[in-house]
Amino acid sequence: MALKASEVKVGDTYQEVVCDNLSRTQIVQYAGASGDYNPLHSDEVFTTEIAGYPSVFAHGMLSMGMTGRMLTNYVGDGRLTYYGVRFTSQVFPGATLTARATVTEIREENGDTIADIDVSTTDSEGVEVIKGKASAKLDP
Amino acid sequence: MAVDKFPIESAHVMMFARSIGDANEIYYDEDYAKSTDQGAIIAPPTFVQSSAQFDPDYALRPRIGKEWFGSAKGPTGITKKKEGGGGGGGNGGGLHAEQHYVYHRQLKVGDVLKAENKPGKSWEKEGRRGGKLMFNETVTEYRDQNGELVITATGVGVRTERPATSGDK
Repeated sequence: MALKASEVKVGDTYQEVVCDNLSRTQIVQYAGASGDYNPLHSDEVFTTEIAGYPSVFAHGMLSMGMTGRMLTNYVGDGRLTYYGVRFTSQVFPGATLTARATVTEIREENGDTIADIDVSTTDSEGVEVIKGKASAKLDP
Repeated sequence: MAVDKFPIESAHVMMFARSIGDANEIYYDEDYAKSTDQGAIIAPPTFVQSSAQFDPDYALRPRIGKEWFGSAKGPTGITKKKEGGGGGGGNGGGLHAEQHYVYHRQLKVGDVLKAENKPGKSWEKEGRRGGKLMFNETVTEYRDQNGELVITATGVGVRTERPATSGDK
């Protein structure tokens, strides 16, 4: 089920908690699926003793992937025409993240109605970890 | 990343969807997927990042017979003095700063992609905590079995002079 142009207006928001107390195991799961086995994401010994970080941390792409889930739940499957983000803060194990979409514009492009969306994912302290934009085709 | 053949397979899509906590049936249930307007199991929006699995030279995967920089007996498996702050986020160096996808059509199970890299911009910035920040952009075009463009991905990697941790933990 996709979002309908007749049901969306500029300023509409949608949000989801995309992870609650993020586990190291989920980060490992993402490493295995994506193929990015950088030890910074799963190897506490390397990350603290060699790389000098306080702990392993999530792949930016895991946060982007989880945020993408909020987007596809909102706009529907197969509707995105663009999705882009900046990784604004690192995400550590234990994080609880809320991803939010805000419709900023509704426009016509090559016969399609497109919604432009601001994307923001924040942790439980309100720190933004993902800042981005998306565009999606709306159903009539 | 340059990849000759990236087959979009249902088990891989299922594992990827699970890893991002997405229970949407369209990523694993073929019967359900066929009943939707997509007509097949589709890939989540960020799935093409896992083309790394099909890149023979991908630096962030341990390779048979090669030293791996993660910990083993010691805190790093590299015996020669060289490795600094760990490999890269998006682009084989430093951390991942940005990622953008333009979707030309929906990627589906059964597609076979070929990925080609085009050089992007490079720039520098003074960071607040990590010293000088060096940004490097890579544009990857994912084309299907018919040569049609499916996804254009733009990744920005950033290298820092020292570890830059934004969180307080």
